[in-house]
Amino acid sequence: MGTVRRREPGVPLPLLVPAVLAVAFLVLPLAGLVVRAPWGELGSQLTGPAVGQALRLSLVSATAATGLSLVLGVPLAWVLARSRARGRSVLRALVTVPLVLPPVVGGVALFLVLGRQGIVGRWLDQALDVTIPFTTTAVVIAETFVAMPFLVISVEGALRAADARFEDAAATLGADRWTTFRRVTLPLVAPGIAAGAVLCWARALGEFGATITFAGNFPGTTQTMPLAVYLALQQDPDAAIVLSLVLLVVSVATLLLLRDRWLTRAVR
Amino acid sequence: MSLTAGVRVDRGPLTVELGLEVADGEVLAVLGPNGAGKSTLLRVLAGLLPPDDGRVAVGPDTWDDVPAGVHVPAHERPLGMVFQDHLLFPHLSVTDNVAFGLRTRGMRKPAARAAAREWLARVGIAELGDRRPGRLSGGQAQRAALARALVGQPALLLLDEPLSALDARTRLTVRAELRRHLADFPGSTVLVTHDPVDAMALADRVVVVEEGRVVQAGTPADVSRHPRTDYVARLVGLALLPGVGEGTTVHLDGGGRVAVAEETAGPVFVAVRPESVALWTSRPEGSPRNVWPARLVSATPHGSTVRCELDGEVPLVADVTATAFAELGLAPGTPVWASVKASDVAVYAR
Repeated sequence: MGTVRRREPGVPLPLLVPAVLAVAFLVLPLAGLVVRAPWGELGSQLTGPAVGQALRLSLVSATAATGLSLVLGVPLAWVLARSRARGRSVLRALVTVPLVLPPVVGGVALFLVLGRQGIVGRWLDQALDVTIPFTTTAVVIAETFVAMPFLVISVEGALRAADARFEDAAATLGADRWTTFRRVTLPLVAPGIAAGAVLCWARALGEFGATITFAGNFPGTTQTMPLAVYLALQQDPDAAIVLSLVLLVVSVATLLLLRDRWLTRAVR
Repeated sequence: MSLTAGVRVDRGPLTVELGLEVADGEVLAVLGPNGAGKSTLLRVLAGLLPPDDGRVAVGPDTWDDVPAGVHVPAHERPLGMVFQDHLLFPHLSVTDNVAFGLRTRGMRKPAARAAAREWLARVGIAELGDRRPGRLSGGQAQRAALARALVGQPALLLLDEPLSALDARTRLTVRAELRRHLADFPGSTVLVTHDPVDAMALADRVVVVEEGRVVQAGTPADVSRHPRTDYVARLVGLALLPGVGEGTTVHLDGGGRVAVAEETAGPVFVAVRPESVALWTSRPEGSPRNVWPARLVSATPHGSTVRCELDGEVPLVADVTATAFAELGLAPGTPVWASVKASDVAVYAR
């Protein structure tokens, strides 16, 4: 023939059919949610006291968990990415266990440690008269336990991708490691930290298993949105749909935020 | 605050073992191929890499003394460093980049910024202080990096391939400026480069490093006239002659004239590569515009060529083939004619 034939356009059938099925499988339930939503009474459902309470608690606890994750997780990410200490790979594996652990197991573990009869919990109870389980603090702790690894992994990746020679340059300009971290490293990886924080926040917002195990399901103190959805489904399906819709909107917004603003710049 | 260093660093298969002494106000060029251990040396001097053995001292202060267990970390060493691709902090303005070192050493912000602006003016980019480094050209970034390194009045200045990130044209002007700033700098300077022209144009002394060891040291003229290894011969053969340009003629500071292809004006360097110098026993007729009488001082064989050091009105180095050398019947003391085409002469501002 002499000429090089262009690759045939289109997708082979054995790949096309499963791919279409996969899309349908992922999208149809969400579409169903939108279709079945009781649009007429949406306003009254959303302004009802139970929804407002759960939504507020969810936002507050997810934000608190993200804050806690930032304060603890960014330094941990730095240690994993920069220190030359031995056993770093073991450490990394350990702190990412919550990523793959069933959240319910996390909740049980937290209960065994921080519960009133737990190793640390007993001491907290007796010495300081502090009880953690079944409080909003427990919600924040459960969410942090599950969500912080997302932040750590994301920030560690950003730190590894950042040019460490900027830190050398800072050192030759008289900056010790702490000053270098604050004034050079942190601003350089800020987009990565922001992306990690958004991921972490979204994960915390959707947390169910660890929360219900460790914090229980008390309206106003520990009943977050996902818990409220589960409960409502058994009593008032319309309310469950509305609550789910709210979580869906928040998730999509998070995704857009990640793609358009931070994720692209973080990867750069 | 002269620098004295003798260090050993084990880097896998390569052991870097180098000794240096640089006086106050002196510029030492460390010249060598990639992977010779030049950057390792610079990182050791900067304190970014602890040596496996040896000492580094600047003036009365010991920065490294491995047998005595002394290692002053980088941030406690009064030094300035210019990195290969400048490494200006992308999140800070140019002024804040230059002020960075003053701020970390405890100066207040307004004073640090004022000092930074003064240095930006000195390197000729006063109007760019508010920009982010991402919006600077290569030459501007190099100037900002130099200002950042010098603003703290360091005892030691380290330059890591300072011109290699620049395009050829920018390189000429920036090299000439760098030369002036180095002349004003009172401390010791160590310049690492793989470009012989940078070494010749900027340094008072050259140390050639191959495979982690010093293979030759001396003044730039010395090293190019008496290369001790093939690498040095290939690399640093060119003769660098200062002069003043006037049209297509350069009047050399040491006497004599050189015809060049490009129009020039003011102080310039003329560079002649040894392979472009032809030798004759009688005055050649015809085209070459540069013909000088000379006397052969020494001849060193290198591979299939012989490097001839010539003395005369215009001091030159010529590479001729071993056959030609024999046919011309050259011996030290022989009078010869040397010719170079004007188009083979490189000329640039100094």
